Amino acid sequence: MDEKREDGRAVTQLRPLSCTRNVLNRAHGSASFSQGETRILAAVYGPKAGTKKNENPEKACIEVIWKPKSGQIGKAEKEYEMIVKRTLQNICLLNVHPNTTTSIIIQVVNDDGSLLPCAINAACSALVDAGIPLKYLAVAISCCISEDEDCILDPNKLEEQKMKALVYLVFRNSIMSVLDEESTQVGESIENGIVTSVTHGVMTVNNYFRCLEQGRAAIKPLSDFLRKKLQSKVQSDVSVAG
Amino acid sequence: MATTNGSNDLSSEMEVDAFRRLFPLRFHERHLLESIRPDGRPLGRARDTTISLGAVASANGSALAKIGCTTMLAAVKLEVMTPKAESPDEGCIAIDFHMPPICSPLVRPGRPAEAAPVITKQLTDTILSSGMIDLKELSLVSGKAAWMAYLDIYCLDADGALFDAALLSAVAAFSHLQIPVVSLNDDGRIVLISEENSGAMWEKEPVNKEKRKLKLESVPFSLTCLLHKNYILADPSDEEESIMETFLTVVLDSSFQLVSLNKPGGPGLAHTSAIQDCVGINKTESERTSEDIG
Repeated sequence: MDEKREDGRAVTQLRPLSCTRNVLNRAHGSASFSQGETRILAAVYGPKAGTKKNENPEKACIEVIWKPKSGQIGKAEKEYEMIVKRTLQNICLLNVHPNTTTSIIIQVVNDDGSLLPCAINAACSALVDAGIPLKYLAVAISCCISEDEDCILDPNKLEEQKMKALVYLVFRNSIMSVLDEESTQVGESIENGIVTSVTHGVMTVNNYFRCLEQGRAAIKPLSDFLRKKLQSKVQSDVSVAG
Repeated sequence: MATTNGSNDLSSEMEVDAFRRLFPLRFHERHLLESIRPDGRPLGRARDTTISLGAVASANGSALAKIGCTTMLAAVKLEVMTPKAESPDEGCIAIDFHMPPICSPLVRPGRPAEAAPVITKQLTDTILSSGMIDLKELSLVSGKAAWMAYLDIYCLDADGALFDAALLSAVAAFSHLQIPVVSLNDDGRIVLISEENSGAMWEKEPVNKEKRKLKLESVPFSLTCLLHKNYILADPSDEEESIMETFLTVVLDSSFQLVSLNKPGGPGLAHTSAIQDCVGINKTESERTSEDIG
């Protein structure tokens, strides 16, 4: 692993993360998430009464609105909206507020690669900030296969363009369990299952599974980071109330 | 186990159709326990596939593909364009997927279906990244003229697995594509040589005498699987898709390289073993389908 990338990172090293909650005044919940130069602002409004057409009124409905940095919304943005919406459906408790709609607005501030994973991390933090009931946190990572078959994590825009293949993965966060390690590792645990997988480019099936393993290994520090950022706010709230 | 065996879920007390409408999930799970699906298929079996080529006479290439009841009509139209400065030797492919109100009760006239732009984007990604078509083959005169291929796919009947059927019809339409003969006229512009006046024009050397067919390098095959508990249901129908909402689409090319593995969220998770199973089902079904089509 002595091979360095152009920006000096190791192959499995992520860019510096930052996450700030409660950045917007009027939104019910908001978060700004950045990975290196990629930055997303997410806002949550809701739950509002009523569901959209063709949605199941017995469950809460999630609506995602994707705003690009500039220009009109196109087909790529429509696809992102669908993926983010279905990913968040996986982690939200949809039975708690039936017949309501929660809107999540995702504003791209800067795109320097790994845009979709950054957006999912931002949306998840904003949902926590808004107090929407969740089962888990969604933790997203991008992973790509370079020309010499290396598996590289969290590529920036330049690296993404040079890659042979690219995988976006979303997992559930690793849970802090009171049970000891052995008892939780029976069969396929929850955090091993993929919530979302999107690929671009041709690769061998084995390389895909390599990406999967690398991504899974990177989930732990990412979800620890998210948990730390989200917990600090809760604790300070409690101390103010006390 | 007693509940799933149905001693107290009312299934013995009401008609089958009523049970199916009132408890759709229970209805399907009772079938899955017996390793069969309501339409009589085993779990890992795709529906029968038919393709008829040349369904649109006015297009340069066309195909009508059916997977079960899901019907897709694909047509390719060629136009001459000036290639982009950065890629003077390459043609271009523009793909559009349409869902008119005829295809499903969920699509209303005037409002485009939500799924249509997403499938368009996925089709474009898959077809261009799979390397099925060498864009250089669409070139006519370097830097001057190249073919612009417009691929339009219409969904006539949406009964699940839309992406699979759309990709199948797109591949079939490209395999049927007949490239018209063109020549350069005195002003250096491209003109079509039609069959009738070929006698008069034939002295002009055609630009693309040999290149009348596209060579399809590696043909992608897509299969959508539903994941529900520990069951994997290949090629779901619309009813199954609406009841069990977690699906995973695997696209493999002819040498079994992974072109796309798409699982857009949904309530369930995909474990490594399930993904391996889906890849395996894709391999067997792609062989079966290519035998079907012949």
